[in-house]
Amino acid sequence: GKKQAGTGPLSRRPDNSAFKQQRLPAWSPSLTAQTVLPTFYILSLVCLLLGIWLVITVENTYQLKVDYTNSGSCERCFELRKNATNAKITCECLVNFNVPKLILGDVFFYYGLRNFHQNLRRYMDSRDDAQMVGRRKNLKTPSSYCAPPFDYDASGVPIAPCGAVANSMFNDSFIVMYHPTNARSALVPLYRKGIAWYTDKNVKFRNPPTNDTFSLQQAFEGTTQPLYWQRPVYDLDRSDPLNNGFINDDLIIWMREAAFPNFKKLYGILSRVQGLFTEGLPAGNYSISINYNYPVEYFRGRKEVVISTVSWFGGQNHFLPIAYLVTSGLILVTSIVLTSVYVKVGKKGKNMEE
Amino acid sequence: MTIPKDIPEKWFPIILPLKRKKEGLSSSTKIRKRAEEERRVRANDREYNEKFQYASNCIMTSKYNIITFLAVNLFEQFQEVANTYFLFLLILQLIPQISSLSWFTTIVPLVLVLSITAVKDATDDYFRHKSDNQVNNRQSQVLIGGILQKEKWMNVRVGDIIKLENNQFVAADLLLLSSSEPHSLCYIETAELDGETNMKVRQSLSVTSELGDPNSLAQFNGEVVCEPPNNKLDRFCGTLYWKDCKYALSNQNMLLRGCVLRNTESCYGIVIFAGPDTKLMQNSGRTKFKRTSIDRLMNTLVLWIFGFLVCMGVILAIGNAVWEKEVGALFQSFLPWDPPVDNFLFSAFLSFWSYVIILNTVVPISLYVSVEVIRLGHSYFINWDRRMFCSRSNTAAEARTTTLNEELGQVEYIFSDKTGTLTQNIMIFNKCSINGHAYGEVMDIQGSLQKRAQPLDFSAWNPLADPGFCFYDQSLLEAVMVGEPAVHEFFRVLSLCHTVMSEEKSEGELVYKAQSPDEGALVTAARNFGFVFRSRTPGTITTQELGNALTYTLLAILDFNNIRKRMSVIVRNPEGRIRLYCKGADTVLFERLHSCDQELMNVTSDHLNEYAGDGLRTLAVAYRDLSEEQWEKWSERYRGADKATDCRDDRLAAAYEEIEQDMMLLGATAIEDKLQEGVPETIAILSLANIKIWVLTGDKQETAVNIGYSCKMLTDDMTEIFIVNGHTVQSVREELRKARERMLESARIRDGGKEAEAQGWGGACGFGNGCEGGAANCTPDESKCPAPQAPPSSLLESISGEFALVISGHSLAHALEADMEREFLETACACRAVICCRVTPLQKALVVELVKRHKKAVTLAIGDGANDVSMIKTAHIGVGISGQEGIQAVLASDYSFSQFRFLQRLLLVHGRWSYLRMCRFLCYFFYKNFAFTMVHFWFGFFCGFSAQTVYDQYFITLYNIVYTSLPVLAMGIFDQDVPEQRSLEYPKLYEPGQLNLLFNKREFFICIAQGIYTSVVLFFIPYGVLSHATQSNGVPLADYQTFAVTTATALVIVVSVQIALDTGYWTAINHFFIWGSLGTYFTILFAMHSSILFSIFPKQFHFLGSAHNTLGQPLVWLTIALATVICIVPVLAFRFLKLDLKPQLSDTVRYTQLVRQKKRKPCGRAGRGAGRAGAAGGSALGRLGRGGSRRSGYAFAHQEGFGELITSGKNMRLSSLALATFASRHSSSWIDTLRKKKHANSTSSHNTPTNGDDNTQAPPLSTASSATGSQDATPGEAGQVCNEPVLKNSPDDIALSVVRCAEREAGGCGAGTVQEAVFVERGAGPRTSGAGSPPAIAEETSSGE
Repeated sequence: GKKQAGTGPLSRRPDNSAFKQQRLPAWSPSLTAQTVLPTFYILSLVCLLLGIWLVITVENTYQLKVDYTNSGSCERCFELRKNATNAKITCECLVNFNVPKLILGDVFFYYGLRNFHQNLRRYMDSRDDAQMVGRRKNLKTPSSYCAPPFDYDASGVPIAPCGAVANSMFNDSFIVMYHPTNARSALVPLYRKGIAWYTDKNVKFRNPPTNDTFSLQQAFEGTTQPLYWQRPVYDLDRSDPLNNGFINDDLIIWMREAAFPNFKKLYGILSRVQGLFTEGLPAGNYSISINYNYPVEYFRGRKEVVISTVSWFGGQNHFLPIAYLVTSGLILVTSIVLTSVYVKVGKKGKNMEE
Repeated sequence: MTIPKDIPEKWFPIILPLKRKKEGLSSSTKIRKRAEEERRVRANDREYNEKFQYASNCIMTSKYNIITFLAVNLFEQFQEVANTYFLFLLILQLIPQISSLSWFTTIVPLVLVLSITAVKDATDDYFRHKSDNQVNNRQSQVLIGGILQKEKWMNVRVGDIIKLENNQFVAADLLLLSSSEPHSLCYIETAELDGETNMKVRQSLSVTSELGDPNSLAQFNGEVVCEPPNNKLDRFCGTLYWKDCKYALSNQNMLLRGCVLRNTESCYGIVIFAGPDTKLMQNSGRTKFKRTSIDRLMNTLVLWIFGFLVCMGVILAIGNAVWEKEVGALFQSFLPWDPPVDNFLFSAFLSFWSYVIILNTVVPISLYVSVEVIRLGHSYFINWDRRMFCSRSNTAAEARTTTLNEELGQVEYIFSDKTGTLTQNIMIFNKCSINGHAYGEVMDIQGSLQKRAQPLDFSAWNPLADPGFCFYDQSLLEAVMVGEPAVHEFFRVLSLCHTVMSEEKSEGELVYKAQSPDEGALVTAARNFGFVFRSRTPGTITTQELGNALTYTLLAILDFNNIRKRMSVIVRNPEGRIRLYCKGADTVLFERLHSCDQELMNVTSDHLNEYAGDGLRTLAVAYRDLSEEQWEKWSERYRGADKATDCRDDRLAAAYEEIEQDMMLLGATAIEDKLQEGVPETIAILSLANIKIWVLTGDKQETAVNIGYSCKMLTDDMTEIFIVNGHTVQSVREELRKARERMLESARIRDGGKEAEAQGWGGACGFGNGCEGGAANCTPDESKCPAPQAPPSSLLESISGEFALVISGHSLAHALEADMEREFLETACACRAVICCRVTPLQKALVVELVKRHKKAVTLAIGDGANDVSMIKTAHIGVGISGQEGIQAVLASDYSFSQFRFLQRLLLVHGRWSYLRMCRFLCYFFYKNFAFTMVHFWFGFFCGFSAQTVYDQYFITLYNIVYTSLPVLAMGIFDQDVPEQRSLEYPKLYEPGQLNLLFNKREFFICIAQGIYTSVVLFFIPYGVLSHATQSNGVPLADYQTFAVTTATALVIVVSVQIALDTGYWTAINHFFIWGSLGTYFTILFAMHSSILFSIFPKQFHFLGSAHNTLGQPLVWLTIALATVICIVPVLAFRFLKLDLKPQLSDTVRYTQLVRQKKRKPCGRAGRGAGRAGAAGGSALGRLGRGGSRRSGYAFAHQEGFGELITSGKNMRLSSLALATFASRHSSSWIDTLRKKKHANSTSSHNTPTNGDDNTQAPPLSTASSATGSQDATPGEAGQVCNEPVLKNSPDDIALSVVRCAEREAGGCGAGTVQEAVFVERGAGPRTSGAGSPPAIAEETSSGE
């Protein structure tokens, strides 16, 4: 209560404020037929329209998957990779596929993995973001999260980048060829850079400081490459020295762990500068020549190449439009049931208020 | 003393261990204490007494001091299972192999919880320290080294001699040594101790009574040997050894701590028990920690949830084992198993603990904090409620415990004290019938117009009138003025026939000291009508009749006792004629009237019936002329009887009987035992709300029954009122059995068919009486005698509502024994009203305990005195009436306010809301946490059961304490389903609480199911959408961080929409919190994912850019929208269906409200749909019921033996106050002569001038400076009381009176009027409550009667 005025006869009377007297002006909505039923119908309609729109959008996208785990000539490489001792032996194979009609617009090439668990807790933890942001101190002292054996190699040299995630980086590479029926085969040109999140490429992953006299290789001196890697981190992209180190796009993309065991990651985008591919990917036969390094037999995984176009809401995705349509239908059914109940029973119940 | 001597000794051991006060004793004294078999105290010898290490007079109720606070408090807090559990989790999280979450996800909330609780405990303890200090630092005068010195209470030691002055509190349990009054009497008020407000007399031993001055007291070296400390208020046995003699000591010589010295100038006493050993403290006991049923349910549920958690953990661990064996083993090249024990089982073991950590958020710590916060909020609302503020006593309601609020919404039984709780303990001379003419009936003739008549102004013609006295009937005054002989004689009886003592502080300022308030009221009435009782001596009574001073010679007092139910005086008037004046219960008096009085008797009898029907306490008045020889003859016999040694009482009674014959009836009086304001209305509303009210009182049966009638607990429409009054086990059992049989019989008859009904109970069920009263009583006939329905399983249940049980204390003692308690309980619970009279404080507690134990119902005890403390502590909820003198009850209570009628607000408004809010809060809280946590479970199936969380760990930390805490808190604190007026208008709204409908195991499972459903949707919709999705620039969206952000956002939005649906009362605060929480979520999300934080702590904030990248995608928003729709639509549909098919009363009321608002029709009051609630309220309100049974209320707070005190002259003394004033002004010689005179008076013969005269003739005193506070307050208080009816009775328009009262509140009309008005509006029946109240409500409401 109020403490003022000391001893007055009403000195202890509580304030007459709306708050204290629980009389705050308030809106007390309640569920009435007049509000609920129209809401349901409108909701159903909205979902229906959205669903239809999404279906139309999705129908305009195109997606093609080529599983190359052990198909075609890759059977040989698949067998080879079963044995870890052959890790150093390179293996190349070829997979053919056909594009039935011209794929218009931007075409995206992904590599896909199935049954690969990037979302295991210990796997996800096993990385050191402080190291990958290029801090000199962290570079040589990998975080304890990069649990053994991915923090130091057998001789105690720190691994950069450390951790299970980086260690298991996908290292197949693809060369896609177009084989028109009436012309020479042509290399399908791919952009392999600028395909990661901007924040990843420019903030999250940074190389240790270098300058003209101090090369990237020197910067990484005193560290060693991850166990399964064929080349050190400063030498990942031989075609572009600026795409090396922690800011290598493939590394960055790999380091963004997938939420589910079946995932795809962007490999490259069709470069539509050249004449043949300005429209998109023309129809015809294609082949992918694969540098087959990545073993999947251990974990019964599959590897695939996914070729896809996107719409305003991303790649081909049938789930969402269907979900919307189903939801719309269910809501409609519900609202019809509710309406009939209301008309038959509810109204009578409400009548008693009058 | 309310504790009768025959209370079985065996009760004490049960209670004693509970009540032992532990605090304030060092461990060593505690050990010694147990061994203390007798207590030896030597006066004025501190050294000797110190040997025994008796407790000092310092009391300590606080728990901590500054140094021990942290340690003790933490220790206490970790005794809470929940806190320990979270500590355990914290430790688990520190193990890196297990830790699936960072340590801060647990420690942040834990520290928050611990510190909030610690702060609360600290403040509580601070106030305890403060009140302890206040008490301990009270001053008292202690005799040290022969000199009186001021000492603090805490420094008083056992064996010290203390001087007490008038109106001081007694500092410790004292043995009275001497007092300033003659015969070493002293008067005490024991209100704080046992709740009785009438004064009690204590007398010192005659040997010590000589010790009147400090010098002789300093020489006193007597030694007291007595029993060890105990809690028996009415008993003390000890021996005083002094000067080689032994003197037995009894309770009559003791002044107990907590009493107040009254009407005694001063007295001296020696401290026997101090501090914690005093009977007061021994009785106060340790406050038991009370838990609400929701608390208990919550604890059970939390245990279940832990069980559920373990199950989930086990399932996931098994999953992990299988997965690791099947898949993980193959994946080892990329992710080897943990090195220490390299196998899948170990991995599963670790995974179990990891999941325990992750899933622990189903019971977050914030649950406990939030519950506390909500309760605290509700407590504040109670404290702040203006309508529970009593302007007269300037006290607001106070929630002294903050943990019980929601239980207020579940009360089924109320145990109420009578005096001071239901009644004000003020008797008002209300009506009278003189010589066949009724006076005082103002209101019935001209209706409400007359009610506003001003009370008569007596002061104009009668300077001695008591300004506090109110009477409204002008005609009586006129009759006095005209000089009607009967009227004069009537008032003469009232002014002569009583045992009141008067005190005249100064000329004309009379103060009556009445033994029973009834008598006081009668004498005061006579005084105002010109027959002023001025003073008495053992042999005379001096009055002033219409201005003429007269002295009557008092020949004999034929004292009151319970059997006689009457008292008489025989006086010789100044003319010399001898007359016997008698007043008493009409039943006994009418038998002794002269036969010629038949006609008058009939008329008076009608009047008496009327009065009794109004719930007034009636009394018949008669006289008899005695001739000189009749008197002589009788006095002979009387003296013989008086001197008889054997059977003196019987002989006296026979003698009295002989003279009290052939009396002439004068009339009858009707006294109103002034109820607290609004008591009948409150009781009516509460019983409409299906709450059973039991009255437990120390009063006599007659009084209790009378009050039962006047507050409409008992009505004449009741089939039967059983009175259990047996003194032996057999008789009590028999009586109870009979009562049950009667009930069964009537139920059987009713079920049996109509012909049976006609003969069987036509007489019993008082239809005739009910209908006479008026339409209001006539309508609910079917409900009073319910129409034959299918008999419920127990017949006893079917018949409730027609019977009442009155049981007395000694019967109760038997009824409460183990083998009979069930019988008693069954019988009592089948009755609509139960009144237990003459019960001891302990029995009160036992009754409450009995109901609590067997009925599984929430009990509430309400009382005002220290005698109610045990019951207040025993009941689930204890309510203390504050603003009275004693504060013991308030201190022991959980809630306190100053008027009984506030109880309806406390229960029906605050309690109901609290319960509702708490239930809604809990439902939502469990829902949101299951929705939040179970997502991890589903994710487990996709991440190899590796205990990977779905969300960012910051989200997990903040979800419960930031993102979703405030909206649900706001709902828990502010939500209202129906406005407060409606809760009072439809008491049935209270029922869901009693039946525990809003939150029980079923509701809990529904919430959990909803939560799990939501979690399924929240996981699988994003999974379905995102697992193969890409951004519009082709970059995949299936990465973990995107998924985490999407799910988290969807979760926050879904639970926000859900709380928006649950919130029924959107104040600005709710808006602010709900929108604010959403805003905060996004703000924090973007901040956490910003590059600034990442660049500082790259390891901690690795979600860099996720928010930006994810929430920029339309796809994500489509996903969230879809998830929200799928989560909410079924809920909405179910709620709508439920509302449609099975609307709750609150829904209906709410709907009505809505319709009303829409129509903008301010409560149309056309008389359609005669609401039964209204009718019942109406009958409760108006005094319409004309009772058939006459209830005479002679007095019944009377004590016998006072007449004897008067005639023996023991009681006679000068006004001590006047004396004190004189003493300070006049020379000592003057006082000496006065003293001598006084002494002479009390022993001298009957015809000397009276003290009173002496006093009035003394020089007028300029001031009565030391007048007691209470006496000063009386007139003012009474004046206000007078005004009440005027205000109360003007209920023309609800809206108007509410407004008017809002204005008047400042003027002292008080919040009560508003309620009153609301009630009246409702109670006035069809006109108002019919407006929107559907028949369905009416039916429901009445069926519960």
